[in-house]
Amino acid sequence: MQLSLTAEKRFGEFNLSTDFTVSGDRIGVFGISGSGKSTLVSILAGLLEPDSGEIVLDGECLFSSKMRINLPPEQRRIAMVFQQHCLFPHLNVKNNLLYGYKRCPAKFRTIDFDALAAVLKLEGLLERGVTNLSGGEKQRVALGRAILANPRLLLMDEPLSALDDSLRFQIIPYLKSVSEHFGIPYLFISHSLLEMRLMTDSVLVFEKGCMVEQATSEQLARSRMGQSQVGYINLLKLGRPSQLNGLFAYPWGASRLLLSVDAERDESMAELSSKDIILFKQHPEAISARNLLQCTVRSLFRSGRKIGVELDCAGTTLIAEVVQDAVDELGITTGSTIFAAIKASAFRILPG
Amino acid sequence: MTPLSSTDYDAIRLSLQVSVAATLLSLPLGFAVAYLITFVRFRGKIVLEVLVNLPLTLPPVVVGYFLLLLLGKHGWLGSLLNEAGFRIIFTLKAAVIASAVVGFPLLVRSLRIGMETIDPQLINASRTLGARWYDTLLTVILPLSGPGLIAGSSLMFARSLGEFGATIIVAGNIPGVTQTIPLAIYEYASSPTSEKMALSLCLVSVVISVIVLFVHELMARKTARRD
Repeated sequence: MQLSLTAEKRFGEFNLSTDFTVSGDRIGVFGISGSGKSTLVSILAGLLEPDSGEIVLDGECLFSSKMRINLPPEQRRIAMVFQQHCLFPHLNVKNNLLYGYKRCPAKFRTIDFDALAAVLKLEGLLERGVTNLSGGEKQRVALGRAILANPRLLLMDEPLSALDDSLRFQIIPYLKSVSEHFGIPYLFISHSLLEMRLMTDSVLVFEKGCMVEQATSEQLARSRMGQSQVGYINLLKLGRPSQLNGLFAYPWGASRLLLSVDAERDESMAELSSKDIILFKQHPEAISARNLLQCTVRSLFRSGRKIGVELDCAGTTLIAEVVQDAVDELGITTGSTIFAAIKASAFRILPG
Repeated sequence: MTPLSSTDYDAIRLSLQVSVAATLLSLPLGFAVAYLITFVRFRGKIVLEVLVNLPLTLPPVVVGYFLLLLLGKHGWLGSLLNEAGFRIIFTLKAAVIASAVVGFPLLVRSLRIGMETIDPQLINASRTLGARWYDTLLTVILPLSGPGLIAGSSLMFARSLGEFGATIIVAGNIPGVTQTIPLAIYEYASSPTSEKMALSLCLVSVVISVIVLFVHELMARKTARRD
């Protein structure tokens, strides 16, 4: 997907002024509320007309103030998943799912209804009314409805922010797998850096109605480490744990990590803040932290007043943060060997 | 209680006919106007709102007089219709028109209140899923306007049953032709000997109104439960 967008839109005090070109299939739009994300989404979908500008999606002009082109939303083939599910309350699950499908011209219909219902695990719900569904089920139906419209681009406008934490992480795999499975590129809008890292490759950062930065989600997380209260969040893919002396041993790449919590799953994702990693120059004789990993320093980067240290632990990556004095005292340079100590209680398993 | 006479039965029949016809005739137009006011942005919307609500504030007699000017033999619409062979004034059609005009603001108001409760994001969702504006209107707005339609129609129906001032001016008070319940009661009340006859018709009026309100409440509850 290639999208180039130039737009100016003014309402009262707020002014959206943006100009960017982006390509890829997993694009993020990141910013705090009031930064212009939702305005951008409405402009793209054709629900709001910019004062001036031009929108070109995969070579087709959707809007141009100069050429007086303004395709209405129904002709743009850009489907949306909203913050609130926005399901039609007078239709059952099946008819909600089929709403866009029935209106899609036959030549674009490539997605099979049954295959989609299977991927989203909706088969048992089809005849139910939508008002009786749980929050997660509603958002899955909303996602299915958007995908079945066979769009060329899917806009997800903070689709997880109305859900509680455990539901959020249950829905993320569906959001990812559905668009990958059916080959639909998406623009994922959120104010959560964690969601950006789980959902997107390339991120557009919005502030006060302007795009201020375009980076990968990883670069964004690293550059914000210094200002963030929680530091850089390492996301670790862990295997099935086994019990060991009152703790739980998880396979992690070629290493093993000891955690104080049990996940009871074959695969889980754990968060670890860069602030919770202590670095040692030499192997300490004895420490209370239950994880001590020998690592190689892959690189160093600066973020605010902090220095990020990218560590290679037997092929897997960890980011630790230290201050400049610590770098000097420990003699941390690229390629040097170092020991990282992490308490078993420092990890948080993401619900899922 | 005095039994009802044949003109009384005529009046009851005519009242129901006028109310049903006025409600059915106004529904499509009322829905369109409520849609315009609620969902479409255009210049001069306030003028439309004022015009629609005007019969609510004007005395019905004034509305009737304007209708007479418009539809009378020498009125600009009346003269055209007269040439085409249509006579409106002092017929049941005039009573229907008078009721429709006077009840119209109530219908539009209820429909609007119903439409304003529809989440605008549902309409946006429908558009981004490929529906044109009229498709959205028929498949999202209309079905979700159910409670407003019920409330509006029953109010309109009830208002038409009670319509007096505009009707007597444009349709007259002709027994068996244009005399509805309120007009018949008026006639009884103005004669010193027919007090009891008036009371019988008043009771009929109360019964019909109670039935209308019951049906309204039942349907409103049914839709509320469905939501």
